[in-house]
Amino acid sequence: MSSKLAISYQHVTKRFGSLAAVDNVSLDIAEGEFVAVVGGSGSGKTTLLRLANRLIEADSGTITVEGEDVRNVDPVALRRRVGYVFQSGGLFPHLSVADNIGITPKLLGEPAAAVAGRVDELLELVQLDRATHRDRLPEALSGGERQRVGVARALAARPRIVLMDEPFGALDPLTRDALGDDYRALHRKLGLTTVMITHDMTEAILLADRIAVMRGGRLLAQGTAAELSSSSDDYVLELLRTPRRQVERLNALLPMGGAA
Amino acid sequence: MSLFTDPRWGEALSHLPDYLGNHVRVSLAALALGLAVSLPLAILTRNRPAPRGILLALASIVQTVPGLALLALFYPLLLLAASVTLAWFGVSFSAFGFLPAMLALALYSMLPVLRNGITGLNGIDPALIEAAEGVGMTARQSLLIVELPLALPVMMAGIRTAAVWVIGTATLSTPIGQTSLGNYIFAGLQTQNWVFVLFGCVASALLALAVDQLLGLIESGLRRRSRVRSGLGALGIAALVAATLVPTMGRSSSGYVVGAKTFAEQYVLSALMRDRLEAAGLSAAARSGLGSSVIFGALKAGDIDLYVDYSGTLWANQLHRTDIKPRAELVAELKTALAKDDITLLGELGFENAYALVMPRRRADALGIRTVADLAAHSATLSIAGDYEFFSRPEWAALQKAYGLQFRAQRQMQPDFMYAAVASGEVDVIAGYTSDGLIAKYELTALDDPKRAIPPYDAILLLAPNRAGDARLQAALKPLLGKIDIATMREANLRASGNDANSSPDAVARWLWEKVGGR
Repeated sequence: MSSKLAISYQHVTKRFGSLAAVDNVSLDIAEGEFVAVVGGSGSGKTTLLRLANRLIEADSGTITVEGEDVRNVDPVALRRRVGYVFQSGGLFPHLSVADNIGITPKLLGEPAAAVAGRVDELLELVQLDRATHRDRLPEALSGGERQRVGVARALAARPRIVLMDEPFGALDPLTRDALGDDYRALHRKLGLTTVMITHDMTEAILLADRIAVMRGGRLLAQGTAAELSSSSDDYVLELLRTPRRQVERLNALLPMGGAA
Repeated sequence: MSLFTDPRWGEALSHLPDYLGNHVRVSLAALALGLAVSLPLAILTRNRPAPRGILLALASIVQTVPGLALLALFYPLLLLAASVTLAWFGVSFSAFGFLPAMLALALYSMLPVLRNGITGLNGIDPALIEAAEGVGMTARQSLLIVELPLALPVMMAGIRTAAVWVIGTATLSTPIGQTSLGNYIFAGLQTQNWVFVLFGCVASALLALAVDQLLGLIESGLRRRSRVRSGLGALGIAALVAATLVPTMGRSSSGYVVGAKTFAEQYVLSALMRDRLEAAGLSAAARSGLGSSVIFGALKAGDIDLYVDYSGTLWANQLHRTDIKPRAELVAELKTALAKDDITLLGELGFENAYALVMPRRRADALGIRTVADLAAHSATLSIAGDYEFFSRPEWAALQKAYGLQFRAQRQMQPDFMYAAVASGEVDVIAGYTSDGLIAKYELTALDDPKRAIPPYDAILLLAPNRAGDARLQAALKPLLGKIDIATMREANLRASGNDANSSPDAVARWLWEKVGGR
């Protein structure tokens, strides 16, 4: 790869007791890339993601973020410069939308006026209405709105890297589709590097530039959807068969050129 | 006279600034100390199951100790601590009143604060704590910005419970020398002044409710992020503290403190002595309702300046003597022994308040009982009641040994109820007090003790070490010495046991002075 690396895992292992959650994984993510990590529950994909901002510490191997070994970076500072979108939002229920979004800039010591301005910018960026949403508590938002706030919060401190842990998993299909597309557009517009965890191969294929497949803590394969389809691994092929079958059945069931 | 026009309400009200002020101060200080210890402990142990378990178990054990016992235990503990600091650092402190009460109450407040604190902090969705870490909070920021605000409602519920407990339990700090709203209750129970009892209970309940509501206001203010609400609540608490500080500021602290134990005779005598000191131009205040194990130590330490005790009590409890001497000889020997502790035995008041076995006159006549020796022949078929300490006192052992007493049953009772119990036949014999006015009222008779198994109990006036050379004090008290005979004291005690305006200790003390002042 010719461009600079945003994140690089080299022979990384993380054990929980006797279980190897991440087992000797090596993976490079280039700047500006959108990588999806796909796998079932217990595959180690979430652990892999959290190793990157030191929410979890690796047992062995090396992880670099923007060229620096994460072990040499203060974990708090690291997390403030890497955006993180949590499964089902992870919004603080006692803080307003604006306070949730502005939390990281505030932690970084930005003046209140600057934080407020940044919050307004971000609300616009994730297409939420400033007047109606700014001062609400998370409980007053729909699932899709909450996740938009979660994305805005991750972007607030202008990170170049965003980590997403099954961000759209709990949403209804229409919202999920719209949010995926909107995020993809943001990724391109802001020149982000994005690593997204998902168990949904269709979502991965539609959003990501490259896909990494994990199972039982090991990285089975990585590459574009097209590259993966020539993999020799049965599990990888099985994962790819599902979206293909869905497309075939949908094509058969939905009349072409219809209102859909 | 209707309940509402009873002048005792006015008398109760006149004590309110003093009692309420002291009550608020000791309760809030205890609560503040309890919070200052418990909240950090709850935060520190929230993720450490082993120390958390030990801490909660200890706090639960403290909670099972009855409030009165916990408060009473702190007194000897602090006395010991004070003697240690005196030996090691040359400084001592008073183990009496505020300090033991505050420490015991603080300990008492810990369980709800700890338990709710830990429950509140542990009940937070782990995903939120992860999110706090993920957005770049330090552990401290996570605690302050996320965990504490989310745990706040549960924590505040614990703090409010603690506040109500502490304010209620603080009424029990009267016997260890801390003035509180309990003074109304203890004095009222002892002198059958139900107006005082009611007043004390209602006042402490209202105080507890008020503090609870103010804390609730602070909580809702914090939760809704309304500075006005939490500000008002904090202002209310501050106003309460300020209002209770003002009356004390103006009071001189140089006055004499007259101690009194927890029964009516003592309330009357302390009021009498206070009146005498004031009549001599000395400022004085009564500190009533002190536990009988606390009061001597308080005198020795100079926390009170004078009080009346009984020769036989000190003989047994302070000198640990079991032999029995004639009245005058015992007092003389006691005087020498007390002088070694620099305590002045100023003299006898004239009457004796000894234990005596008491039964209805008519019943005694019917059975042909005049002395304890006569009683012994019938004791196997009779029941006896005594106060809480009588059956563990040496007198009881001596009586049993001397006369071979063997009762069918023995019961412990609140002293004021014993006389009615024996008059109504609820029990057959009681261990009463010779100076008690109820003996005459209920037509009871005190049985003679021909073998002199019970030591003499002369009422004696004691002065604290630092008052040994105080001529003005001694001159003011001299007119009381030897003037109060048993008949007069019985009548005074009978008056004090009444349930009307003339039965307050102050009123009875004035009556008593009219009787003996001219003698």
